[in-house]
Amino acid sequence: MKAAAVAIASLVALTALALLSPQWLVFMAMLMLAKGVVVLGLLVLMRTGLVSFGQGLYFGIGAYAAALLSHGLHVADAAVMLLAGAAAAALIAALLGLLLAGYRDIFFAMLSLAFSMILYGLLVKSAALGSTDGFNLHARTFFGVALAPGVERRVFLIAGAVFAVVVALLVHRLFRGHWGRLATGVRDNELRVSYLGASPYRAVYVNYLIAGAMAGLGGALAALAVGHVDPETTYWTTSGEFVFIAILGGTQSILAPFVAATIFEALRTVASQYAPNLWQMSLGLAMLAIIMFLPAGLWTLAERRRRSA
Amino acid sequence: MSAVLTAQGLHKSFGAVRAAADINLTFDPDTVVSLIGANGAGKTTFLNIVTGYLRPDSGHILFGERDIVGFSPRQITKLGISRSFQIPQLFNSLSVRENLLVAESIAATDDPQAATDEALTRFELAPYAAQKAGLVPEGIRKLLDVAMALSSRSKLLLLDEPTSGVSADEKVAIMDVVIGAARAARVTVIFVEHDMDIVARFAGRVVAFYDGGIIADGSPDTVLRAENVRRYVIGEEIPHAAA
Ligand SMILES: Nc1ncnc2c1ncn2[C@@H]1O[C@H](COP(=O)(O)OP(=O)(O)OP(=O)(O)O)[C@@H](O)[C@H]1O
Ligand SMILES: [Mg+2]
Repeated sequence: MKAAAVAIASLVALTALALLSPQWLVFMAMLMLAKGVVVLGLLVLMRTGLVSFGQGLYFGIGAYAAALLSHGLHVADAAVMLLAGAAAAALIAALLGLLLAGYRDIFFAMLSLAFSMILYGLLVKSAALGSTDGFNLHARTFFGVALAPGVERRVFLIAGAVFAVVVALLVHRLFRGHWGRLATGVRDNELRVSYLGASPYRAVYVNYLIAGAMAGLGGALAALAVGHVDPETTYWTTSGEFVFIAILGGTQSILAPFVAATIFEALRTVASQYAPNLWQMSLGLAMLAIIMFLPAGLWTLAERRRRSA
Repeated sequence: MSAVLTAQGLHKSFGAVRAAADINLTFDPDTVVSLIGANGAGKTTFLNIVTGYLRPDSGHILFGERDIVGFSPRQITKLGISRSFQIPQLFNSLSVRENLLVAESIAATDDPQAATDEALTRFELAPYAAQKAGLVPEGIRKLLDVAMALSSRSKLLLLDEPTSGVSADEKVAIMDVVIGAARAARVTVIFVEHDMDIVARFAGRVVAFYDGGIIADGSPDTVLRAENVRRYVIGEEIPHAAA
């Protein structure tokens, strides 16, 4: 099976990277995985034809849930934090999804943005959570095993890789079968879906929930990488980044979000180093070029090469 | 024989337009009934009311014994009424085969793949199976729309102009396939049709709509010959007896 082979190869590569590369690269790889998972969730949602401009909401919830465990409850286990991040986000998505699943198009996009900005507002105002500065978190064990200082991040990267690969495989499986076709059906023609006896609302709701949980997982992973959370995680620029990466990669492959997240992080690092005041502009130009020349995302390049080979 | 569908005193207006004005109809099992009428006579409105897309201003719809007014299209589909559309309602970015797979999977068929292959053969869609539904000819889209409607194993199949938009010489072939499949599935068929040759050939009973009401109901022979039907539905110039 091709998917399993890719999954194993990715795991091996990421594990090697975790064990052998310098700390800064480990950090970058964690961020890349975190964002890749969030964006993959966004692709799940996009299958039903909906774009959320507010995934920062769940990214932030995941990050803060992980951080609060360490800070407030003194739970310092990374595995617990990751699961808690996903669970907290899923819980809120299950609630808000009841409302949002009834909206479409720009209304859905704007409403999701609105909710993320509400959380941003609450976090900024909340002195107990460090308001705009946020606060630090520390994870020292993984599944109960204590980790020596210095190797923590390396272990967390491996853990993140395992989580990401499992999630990606699940999404892959889900979309190859009926659920994927149904989601496309909802995007193409909701009337027909209803007249076949299925509920477009339910399909959107479930996909929204999946996307929320994945964004929460990504948020928790990012929090582990950075060791710090602040309201910026829920800000609209963060949400915009996810949409940017989704468009950059395109929707054709489960791998695209991860590849695109890597390119994005690399681009940003380079751009902010050499043109600190211009990096947003260079991202804007990159976006423009992609929409004009590769409307289906960078993945079209790989497809084209495969076809001509 | 108890009726499959009974409409009692249906009324529906859109502003000043009377789209349904006191419709009373009874449909028996295993029959093929054609609804005819000029543009705007209220045929589609009737189907929309039956399937819950529109709520009547007043009146009842009984499916078997059950009043289904107020149910959603989804609930009504699940109860056993399915429909095709005047403009085919398909999943354009999916292949013909995938369209059917979605339908069969929603219908919770034991083996959706096998049921899909069966439908592809029965509706003569197999040569188009791999093509995108958005890109196949209109006649194929019409057939696919009906095939998807039949997937839900309904008791009542409503077809809104199954042959519109296709060339005259294709119409009979399409109806042969559609009615053949419906007979095999033992569903009651109500189809809206503008082509009177098709009506005469395939319907066992004809109901003529005019201005939201029913002006004739009976065997094709009698209804298609009735003077008011020829005048208001078929559009023949009939000199007034008085003139
Ligand atoms: N949703 C709606 N809103 C407003 N008016 C409507 C609506 N649906 C139908 N009508 C009007 O009701 C009348 C009956 O329309 P209907 O679509 O039932 O006609 P029809 O018999 O199916 O005609 P055709 O042969 O052209 O399909 C028309 O005057 C139409 O404009
Ligand atoms: Mg009509």
